[in-house]
Amino acid sequence: MFYREAGQFHTSYIADQAVFPIPVDRIAIAAFAVIAAVAIPMLGNEWFLSTIMLPFLIFALAAIGLNILTGYCGQLSLGTGGFMATGAFAAFKLSTAFPDLHILIVLLLSGLIAALVGIAFGLPSLRIKGFYLAVATLAAQFFLIWMFNKYGWFTNYSASGVISAPPRAIFGDLLVTSSQASLEARYLFALGIVVVLAIAAKNMARSRIGRMWMAIRDMDIAAEIMGIRPLRTKLSAFAFSSFYCGIAGAMWAFLHTGTVEPLAFDVNRSFQILFMVIIGGLGSILGSFFGAAFIVLLPIMLNNAPGWLGYQVPTDLLSHVEFMVFGVLIVFFLIVEPAGFARLWQIGKEKLRRWPFPY
Amino acid sequence: MKAKTLALAAVALTIGVTGTVATAQAEGEQFIPALVYRSGPYAPNGIPFANGFGDYLAMLNARDGGVNGVKIVTEECDTGYNTDRGVECYERLKNNGPTGAAVVNPLSTGITYALIERATADKIPVISMGYGRADASDGRVFPYVFTLPATYWAGADVAIQYIQEQEGGSLKGKKIALVYHDSAYGKEPIATLEALAAEKGYTFLKYPVAHPGLEQKATWLQIGRRDRPDWTLMWGWGVMNSTAIKEAAAVGYPMDKFIGVWWSGAEPDVRPAGDASKGYKSLALHGPGADSKAHADILKSLYDAGKGLAERGAVGEVLYNRGMINAAYMVEGIRTAQARFGNKPLSGEQVQWGLENMEYTEAEIEKDGLAGLISPIRLSCLDHEGGGKARIQQWDGEKWSFITDWYEPNRGMLRPMYEASAAQYAKEQNLTPRACS
Repeated sequence: MFYREAGQFHTSYIADQAVFPIPVDRIAIAAFAVIAAVAIPMLGNEWFLSTIMLPFLIFALAAIGLNILTGYCGQLSLGTGGFMATGAFAAFKLSTAFPDLHILIVLLLSGLIAALVGIAFGLPSLRIKGFYLAVATLAAQFFLIWMFNKYGWFTNYSASGVISAPPRAIFGDLLVTSSQASLEARYLFALGIVVVLAIAAKNMARSRIGRMWMAIRDMDIAAEIMGIRPLRTKLSAFAFSSFYCGIAGAMWAFLHTGTVEPLAFDVNRSFQILFMVIIGGLGSILGSFFGAAFIVLLPIMLNNAPGWLGYQVPTDLLSHVEFMVFGVLIVFFLIVEPAGFARLWQIGKEKLRRWPFPY
Repeated sequence: MKAKTLALAAVALTIGVTGTVATAQAEGEQFIPALVYRSGPYAPNGIPFANGFGDYLAMLNARDGGVNGVKIVTEECDTGYNTDRGVECYERLKNNGPTGAAVVNPLSTGITYALIERATADKIPVISMGYGRADASDGRVFPYVFTLPATYWAGADVAIQYIQEQEGGSLKGKKIALVYHDSAYGKEPIATLEALAAEKGYTFLKYPVAHPGLEQKATWLQIGRRDRPDWTLMWGWGVMNSTAIKEAAAVGYPMDKFIGVWWSGAEPDVRPAGDASKGYKSLALHGPGADSKAHADILKSLYDAGKGLAERGAVGEVLYNRGMINAAYMVEGIRTAQARFGNKPLSGEQVQWGLENMEYTEAEIEKDGLAGLISPIRLSCLDHEGGGKARIQQWDGEKWSFITDWYEPNRGMLRPMYEASAAQYAKEQNLTPRACS
């Protein structure tokens, strides 16, 4: 019904190797881009943009970051919150120390700083594997948060140890950070960054470096014998992953909450993003978006649904029902499709392509 | 089948995107959102507060027909003490009612930080009653944030005043320790205690406790066996409080030299520690117990009719009273604003004026039936703290009771500290503080 591929042939290698080789997919993606960039800011109300779309985009970016490391390179990490905090605090320090620095450069540099930190904490990955590596990255998580709490320098000696994102403009006086910027500007700015970085991640995963990561993930000894250097490959995964997480953390502070304390990036945040990656689908960029939507949006939808339908439910009951339904859904989806939403999507797509003559 | 599913999904999406929250709101009602936490790890503390808050407003509607005839409606939203969800709750509720949210109480330091800039942009006043950032007392930089009746810095100063009194007037050579939740909240009093240490000559020791605070053995071994401070203060929250009391008792630290902040001094903090907590002290912003006229009115108009939110026996618990007081301050702000803008539902901007110009005198407190529970406050454009006082209460194993009179925090010393900290915030944010003339 949706896919009519009869008569569509790829006549060059370039066409065959495109990110989206099927024209219908390209049209769908373009339609999504238009909806996200035009329809949502125009139609969505403030609540939808600020508490649904912005966190969704930022978490999706962080999930892509962790997916590079855990999904593609197979290195289990629990340090995501720490790397996000690194990005947030680096962006704060950079933008307050150099007020004239452009916000894009600030974000880029804070991503690079997070990448350096990621490389440092990724060094043990050559020796430690699997769950033991998870514990080593957990150390990064606790160390980084402790450090930002402990040393006043990181917060410009704020008495309460919080950072407040300064307002910065992208060009002219169009502000895109802090609450002084308009919501639409912040949303579109976040959307732009996430789209660019997601496409970059997709292409990385399809190119030489992504294949190296996957080779290491699938069997590191075999990969090494084939001439892939494990240390460099693993560290590059740590670097790119932390870069993405760092930018996500900076966006969390600068575009979403405005003021954050280090505890906003505690170990629960790391778990949250790990669950997004697991539920969305390990080793899938699209899955990161699915996972972020599931973990961030579903509880909010569940909590709001009775109100939309006109039911008055006691607050505490509502919260507890939300926990239970959410938990049941996680278990249900993991039983139905242990490989995550991305795989579910892929199966659905294959079915649609063969419909109505499945074989 | 598929078309039906798609149609359903489309409907759900439309509802979601446009957020058609079609809650019926009668004209002529003032809306106040209630960000509460009845679930999550801190629920034992959040539930009494939410009950007190809701009961006081319901009683006001039943007894007086609202504020000057304007009924107050409130809607609860459960944050679970989680900042992300708190922001969502705020955004969900801020446009309810004919005039939107009049005033909001974030009820968590993390949520307060996240709301300061949002609420300022939306022109909705934030009352962070005895929590949040202390420097927001400077109304020039934070026009929409109110820290009444006292900040953590003021609380720290009151604790030191009390200790000095107990020590016979001099703290020279004494050791005072602070056990604190290692977060923005717990770190608030440090600057004040350090400044006071330089002034009064005591040694200041810091013991951070990692969230959530269940592991304090090492901390209390240091305090009880090695450093042996003369007095110990605590900025703790939730399960950290009762754990600290148990560990302090285990190392034999004298309970009457152990003073918690007002968030470490409620029934859920001391009861789990059992007899060990007898003699433990804490700061108090307001009185415990259910003896006031407002309590009697609540019991009569709500509980006798079976409409109260809590169990009857829980009326008058410390955190229940705090919820009541929080509501009472909001109502007083609305009342002040009504005197200028008329007896009708007011916008956040108008209530901000009311809060800023409010003077809650002894006579009005008496009239509201809260005599003996709180001290009078008076706010201004410059001062969003209002000069509230605090006193010390002690747990006798059964109930909390005051052991001192009200202490006036030394605001001559604190005010310049607020202003310096607020000025730094203004500089980082490129804000021009408004003039308060």
